Amino acid sequence: MPSRALEHIRICDFTGQLAGAGSTKWMAAFGAEVIRIEDPVMRGTWDVLRMMPPFVDERRGPDMGGGFNNHNVEKLGVTLNLRTDKGKEILAEIVRRSDAVCENFAYGVMERWGFGYERLKQLRPDIVYVSNCGFGHSGPYHEYKTWGPIVQAMSGLTFTSGLPEQAPAGWGYSYMDHTGAYYMAIVHRARTGEGQWVDMACTEAGLTLNGPALLDYTVNGRPMRREGQPHSNRNLWPPMAPHGIYPARGEDRWLAVACRSDAEWSALAAEIGSEAAADPGWSRLADRLARQDELDDLVSQWTRGLDDFETYARLQKVGVPAAPVRRPQERVDQDPDTQAWGLWPEVEHSKMGRVRVDGLPVHLSETDWEIRRGGPCVGEHTEQVLTELLGMSGDEIAGLREEGVV
Amino acid sequence: MSAPPDSPRPLDGVRVIELSSEMGAMAGKLLADMGADVILVEPPGGDPTRDYPPFLDDEPGPDRSLFWWHYQTSKRGVTLDLDQDDDRERFRRLVASADVLLECERPGRPADLGIDFPQLAELRPELIMASVTAFGRNSPSRHEQFTDLTLLAGGGPAWSTGYDDHSLPPVRGGGNQGYNTACHYAVMSILTALLHREVSGRGQHIDVSAYAANNVTTEMASYTWLVQQGTVQRQTGRHAMEQPSLPSQLACADGRWVTTGFPPRHPRELRWLYDWIVELGAEVEFPEAIFLKQGAERSEPLDIQLIGEDDEVTAIFSASREGLVLVASKVSAYEFFERTQKAGISTGVIYSPEEALQDDQFQARGFPVEVHHPELDRSFTYPGAPYKFGRTPWRITRRAPRLGEHQHEVFADLEPAPAD
Repeated sequence: MPSRALEHIRICDFTGQLAGAGSTKWMAAFGAEVIRIEDPVMRGTWDVLRMMPPFVDERRGPDMGGGFNNHNVEKLGVTLNLRTDKGKEILAEIVRRSDAVCENFAYGVMERWGFGYERLKQLRPDIVYVSNCGFGHSGPYHEYKTWGPIVQAMSGLTFTSGLPEQAPAGWGYSYMDHTGAYYMAIVHRARTGEGQWVDMACTEAGLTLNGPALLDYTVNGRPMRREGQPHSNRNLWPPMAPHGIYPARGEDRWLAVACRSDAEWSALAAEIGSEAAADPGWSRLADRLARQDELDDLVSQWTRGLDDFETYARLQKVGVPAAPVRRPQERVDQDPDTQAWGLWPEVEHSKMGRVRVDGLPVHLSETDWEIRRGGPCVGEHTEQVLTELLGMSGDEIAGLREEGVV
Repeated sequence: MSAPPDSPRPLDGVRVIELSSEMGAMAGKLLADMGADVILVEPPGGDPTRDYPPFLDDEPGPDRSLFWWHYQTSKRGVTLDLDQDDDRERFRRLVASADVLLECERPGRPADLGIDFPQLAELRPELIMASVTAFGRNSPSRHEQFTDLTLLAGGGPAWSTGYDDHSLPPVRGGGNQGYNTACHYAVMSILTALLHREVSGRGQHIDVSAYAANNVTTEMASYTWLVQQGTVQRQTGRHAMEQPSLPSQLACADGRWVTTGFPPRHPRELRWLYDWIVELGAEVEFPEAIFLKQGAERSEPLDIQLIGEDDEVTAIFSASREGLVLVASKVSAYEFFERTQKAGISTGVIYSPEEALQDDQFQARGFPVEVHHPELDRSFTYPGAPYKFGRTPWRITRRAPRLGEHQHEVFADLEPAPAD
């Protein structure tokens, strides 16, 4: 049975890519009716993921993008040509029947179409409007364009990921795009009946994720841009040693190890079993921190000849936090944990057939999520939504098709 | 530019009991700064993160940890020893007054203490209890030892993050992002349960797995495997991909880096880049500038499909990339960013966190906020709102609680336990 948690909520959804579409996916998985509005002329390809790999087979086109499917499961797809008056009228009717409008266009796009916040509010006074873009809708950079790596650069997240004497490593994906907490506005509306505009700037959300580093600067005057920093495989707060990602046997195999206490270090030293590791000079944290490069060499020399998964199991057995750097295959297909969680649900996509997607990392005891339907093909639910939501007849819809409105 | 002190907030009137923890503190903060009355329950000696550096003026002390200051804003604080019967009774009374319980205890411990969901829901059927654990409460790995590092390494993000040179280790991004990720999903699930409760009147239990959270926060890595059994490879400063992409980070004259995307390929942009090189007096050391001029005289943008096939297109494209590298090496990162963005080319400065805080954009939008610490008679600048709400803005109502600061007021407000 589909999740009922949010079955009373309807979202008019213009979002795309991951930053926008990923957040409305959550609501769709919990049963909200999420109606994607896309352009029939461009065949929805404003969301570039519609055309991009991965692909299930050799077929291509706007219905075959694997990433699009991943982020748009359980949503409905409607095409609407907003260059036409009739298209705008239909959108207005959908907005009147929606609880929230979400988008992650560049600044000004919704206004140009005539659907800025003022207009949305006229259509539905209690509407929640969420705009999500890199710099938000005000400030000197509001017209600048961004994507994930630029947002992460401007918000300090790229800088704080890296090794000394190297370029910034950044993040190997758009970390910032994954969560959208604007949900709060919908909660507020549910409790008070009041709508509002949430002007989300991803750069601001990103900068909140390095709070202690910011306070060390504003309170103590100590910047993160300083000698020896960043060194993010180590831990500043609290300091731990050893703490790092060490080479293991085989090509590109790695093992993460962290010792939170002197006792955990003794357990690790006993496993290493060498004379060097047994040196009492390592027994106190302060001494290990003072000679951390040397300590890392000692641990690396030991791990280098060992299997990552075996050593991880061995260290866990003696109570030392450790984990292999898992490859995607090892997390997805060979991991009893993600399997037991049901983390990779299989959906039925109208053209791709059965395909697995990212699930959600939470389980609710009464109204859990459910992901069964694949992302919509371009305009797949136009007729359904116009009929069921707006009460249009088959003839009317055929006429709209003729005129190029849908 | 902080919000007026009396403006309403979305979670006004929602009471959250949070059992203190390093992993879940961010979730409590997200709720507290949006108006929830978050009551933080610490063990009698205080939460261990009170001892985490950095400290105010680098002097340790239970109320001086800036780590603590950041993650505990807008919360009230009490201490309870859950291993003692009478404190457990106090805890039950507290939960009976609450809408949400947020906890990150070791799996099994709440049941051992008799304060798990079934017992608490009997006291308070509307209760939403969110348990954030490393692997999920019923997971095969639930008893594993973990830190933020091991979650990010085992859960996927580290595989995708690091350098083109794979003799360097994968990188764990700084700032406890493995925990922060779990907290974001925890908050969304709590809000989902609250929305359901508005309609149904019923509470429920939420099982949040930090490991699963990181597994589904890798963008392409998981779904490239799920869909076409492909393995992405880490690359310096850009998305991990199956096929290598072009380097994107450029070093600037001031020692900072910028990130760039696709190099200029429209005639107008190629002209703009050529002019910039001339303005810097660098066309002599960069003979390839001639190709930029050629590109500027074309009637159409470069067809990227022809790179490697058509000699002229290839030469122009290469000059466009190398031209950006050249100008970056001669100007500051900020100047590069401003000038490229104004020309419609998307780039960003790789700021350190403190540089971002001081940037014009963050200042103009009122991102930094002042938080008063009455006992020190000082105010400090904190990172501000992660999102701008028009009607019910984010706000820090108070600095992090001192140990046991609200013990009296919190328990004085509770109804006494009914007599047997």
